[in-house]
Amino acid sequence: MRAQKKLIIIPAYNEEKNIANVISEIRNHRSDFDIVVINDGSRDNTRAVAEQMVPVISLPFNLGIGGAMQTGFKYAQEHGYEIAVQVDGDGQHLPGEIPKLLHTLVAENYDVVIGSRYLENNNYHTPMMRRLGMIIFSFINSRIADKRLTDNTSGFRAYNDRAIKFLAANYPTDYPEVEAVAVLAMNNFKIAEVPVEMRQRRYGVSSIDALSAIYYMIKVSLALLVNVFRKHERAN
Amino acid sequence: MYLRIQIISIIVSIIIAGFIFELIRKRKLMERYSLLWFASSILLIVFSFWRGLLEILAKILGVDYAPSVLLILILFCGFIISLHFSVVVSKLTEQNKILAQDLAILRNELKALKKAQFDHNNKEQSSQSEIEANA
Repeated sequence: MRAQKKLIIIPAYNEEKNIANVISEIRNHRSDFDIVVINDGSRDNTRAVAEQMVPVISLPFNLGIGGAMQTGFKYAQEHGYEIAVQVDGDGQHLPGEIPKLLHTLVAENYDVVIGSRYLENNNYHTPMMRRLGMIIFSFINSRIADKRLTDNTSGFRAYNDRAIKFLAANYPTDYPEVEAVAVLAMNNFKIAEVPVEMRQRRYGVSSIDALSAIYYMIKVSLALLVNVFRKHERAN
Repeated sequence: MYLRIQIISIIVSIIIAGFIFELIRKRKLMERYSLLWFASSILLIVFSFWRGLLEILAKILGVDYAPSVLLILILFCGFIISLHFSVVVSKLTEQNKILAQDLAILRNELKALKKAQFDHNNKEQSSQSEIEANA
């Protein structure tokens, strides 16, 4: 079988302390992947640190994780990548788990594979409030996808070329993870979850703090509702 | 009493319409974003000239106190205009995002291209000097 062109997309916002570790860790595990860092208008040295190791796409200002990931999908599409894996720049995702995602994507012929923290009971700690939101979104998305989806906020995902093309045109903005799953499911993309371990964050804080939790809940709920009545650019 | 307020409102509405016109003339306001403002100011002028219209409208709508129809109209105009701006801002945000993404991707490509050319030139130069050395 011909070797597929594979890309790891690392969205990074102010991750100068983590990004070098993340890149070298990936390099140690997967040499068959190209890597691109999407520097989302960082105000620290993320760009300089990353540019010494891999190609960096530097957004002129902060677009948020949604806009950054969409940039990655556009890049992947333009360069003809057939598989894209998102690995966050904060070191939460373990490169050693990538083969699990990849195996399900390729061997079982899925369009999207999500690395889930909750599929098997592991030690990943989630604060109560977030847990509650996740249960609700899990319920909604499981209905839309017509299968059980446990970790809709996980950013650790693998996509095939069909999904890459679709997301390059349709990736949601502002807290995009939950919405992306819903939109993909509504457009008949085949989604699977595999159980993975994740690290607790080493430096910095998660992009969702207590104050934005309420905005997050409302925004995502509204987005899910609106998407039912929306037509998306087709991926063919 | 009635006449005085009528004269004042006519003058004020004409000043507002003139101000909007002046903004467009100086290109500080684009025509496409001025239409709603113009419509509102014309509505104001019509109502200040034709007092009876307010009474007629109030009767049709079943409103007892005619001036409150004016209030509703003003609120409605304000609502439509600000909604219009929200739509415009959303569109600009989306276009802005696309521009930023494409700019970033192009910069990355330009950098790769420059590097490739630089390497190519270097290679040519070294092979050139090799030939010279052999000769």
